[in-house]
Amino acid sequence: MTTKEIVGKCGNKKENLLQILHDIQNQNPDNYICKEAIYELSKEMDMSVSEIKGTASFYTMFSFTPRGKYIIRVCESPPCHLLGAQTIFEAIESKLGIKVGKTTDDGLFTLEGTSCLGICGVAPAMMINDEAHGNLNEEKIYKILSRIQEKERGKA
Amino acid sequence: MNQIVLENCGRINPEDIEEYIGAGGYEALGIALERKTPEDIIKTVKDSGLVGRGGAGFPTGLKWSFARASKETQKYVICNADEGEPGTFKDRLIMEGDPHKVLEGMALCGYAIGANTGFIYIRGEYQLSIQRLTKAIKDAEKLGLLGKNIFGTEFDFNVKIKIGAGSYVCGEETALLNSMEGLRGEPRLKPPFPAESGFLSKPTNVNNVETFANIAPIILNGADWFRKFGTEKSPGTKVYTILGHIKRPGLIEVPMGITLREIIYDYAGGMSSGKFKMAQIGGTAGDIISSALLDTPLEYQSLQALGHNLGSGAILIMNETVSIADFLTCCMKFFVHESCGKCSVCRIGTKQMYEAFKRLKKQEAYFDELKTIKELAEELKLTAFCPLGQSVASPVLSALKYFGKELAQGVNPDKKREPVTRENPNIVLNYS
Repeated sequence: MTTKEIVGKCGNKKENLLQILHDIQNQNPDNYICKEAIYELSKEMDMSVSEIKGTASFYTMFSFTPRGKYIIRVCESPPCHLLGAQTIFEAIESKLGIKVGKTTDDGLFTLEGTSCLGICGVAPAMMINDEAHGNLNEEKIYKILSRIQEKERGKA
Repeated sequence: MNQIVLENCGRINPEDIEEYIGAGGYEALGIALERKTPEDIIKTVKDSGLVGRGGAGFPTGLKWSFARASKETQKYVICNADEGEPGTFKDRLIMEGDPHKVLEGMALCGYAIGANTGFIYIRGEYQLSIQRLTKAIKDAEKLGLLGKNIFGTEFDFNVKIKIGAGSYVCGEETALLNSMEGLRGEPRLKPPFPAESGFLSKPTNVNNVETFANIAPIILNGADWFRKFGTEKSPGTKVYTILGHIKRPGLIEVPMGITLREIIYDYAGGMSSGKFKMAQIGGTAGDIISSALLDTPLEYQSLQALGHNLGSGAILIMNETVSIADFLTCCMKFFVHESCGKCSVCRIGTKQMYEAFKRLKKQEAYFDELKTIKELAEELKLTAFCPLGQSVASPVLSALKYFGKELAQGVNPDKKREPVTRENPNIVLNYS
């Protein structure tokens, strides 16, 4: 869908802006909101670019730089911290060779820290795109990441 | 049976509206629309003594009567499902396990206050909740339980879903309204309160998911029935999420007034390792309490008498391996990230707190660090614009009260503060 079509679907009222931004980001293969889309949106919504950027940049789920196909969000909040979130970061960093906020060279994974995901019952926890993973340890993380890597290699 | 909110969770198929109806669902709405006036509904909710379950504990019936009193024709009902308090996931499990109960509560609220549109503002991370509620709304509309002329009466009520995008402060009701209007999620000045001027400047009633889930059972069984649960001043049940160093982390619904000791040893199966050291009640914005309070009843009044608050219902249990300075550093990091930046005391204060606790953790704190932390916490409590900044004081002041000695170990009595000069501006620029 083009930006124009998305605005047409949601309606160009200001109160639909968050939904429109979600849709723009979700249909971008690199999981982000590109500059061109914001300029187009500005025309369609009759809002200034800075107003749109001002709202969008407030929310952590929106990105303005290209991201990987799989976004790994590791919970950094106190309940997960207590049960070893730091080792989860280290395990992912060593397996994928990237630091927090970065994307792997093959464009598969982006690693992000996040506030509580609401799955503290199985802390330490993370989400990969929409899928939640809990009770993590090094071994489990390696398995999860390898499974995705193999699946993607199979496609290539 | 001790459950009200979770009575159907895990017992019915949440994606099948017939099962909810089979369990007595939508009966309260039918009775209300056919036989009761909006005033009756508000009176029953008031008499039940139900207070908001989002954290602030405001009487629900009273809140509704404010929105009811407005003469505007367009009013809104909003369900706050932007559950972001770390350690809290009760609303998610209610929405996933029994979505129709929330919708029925919202429709009853709409009838009571005179609104025909409702919104559920769900945080973007809760994909399953969004899916289940979307399906629930469609199914209810098909059967005429939502939409136009519900139960063949004059009453219309439509529910729409709004999806958040990752912001803790949007759980504050006026920030949530701004976010719904497509703005930055910064809180608004009150008054006017939402009951007077809320979403798109129209009278709006905002309640938490758990609060709405209490409504249908109250209307169906009456205020006296509800008052049989809990204590005299805090009737009903409370859904807690219990986590940390315990054998069985998870979700429980228990009568108000149960003690922390009962929660740990009867429900959570005891400590998973080590000895009990402290608990944080109400999420990251909640108070840290020591073993001295293990036998205090958990309900609004007893805690308030001690200067504490029940908050969102998250109870994080920690054993003796947890260092208080390390734990608070993590809490403060959260606040630095989530502070919206609108008021300077929160924007800068959270950052200074974070730096101070990092120094305490490394045992490199200034000689007067604890005093300045206390002053800053009190300043935040008094002057921050919204509850986010004000609540930073809760974990800090309670930790100073119960674990002051341990925190003092991080102080280096010989470390003096350098005078601020042009050459040494003493500004922390690195935000990592």
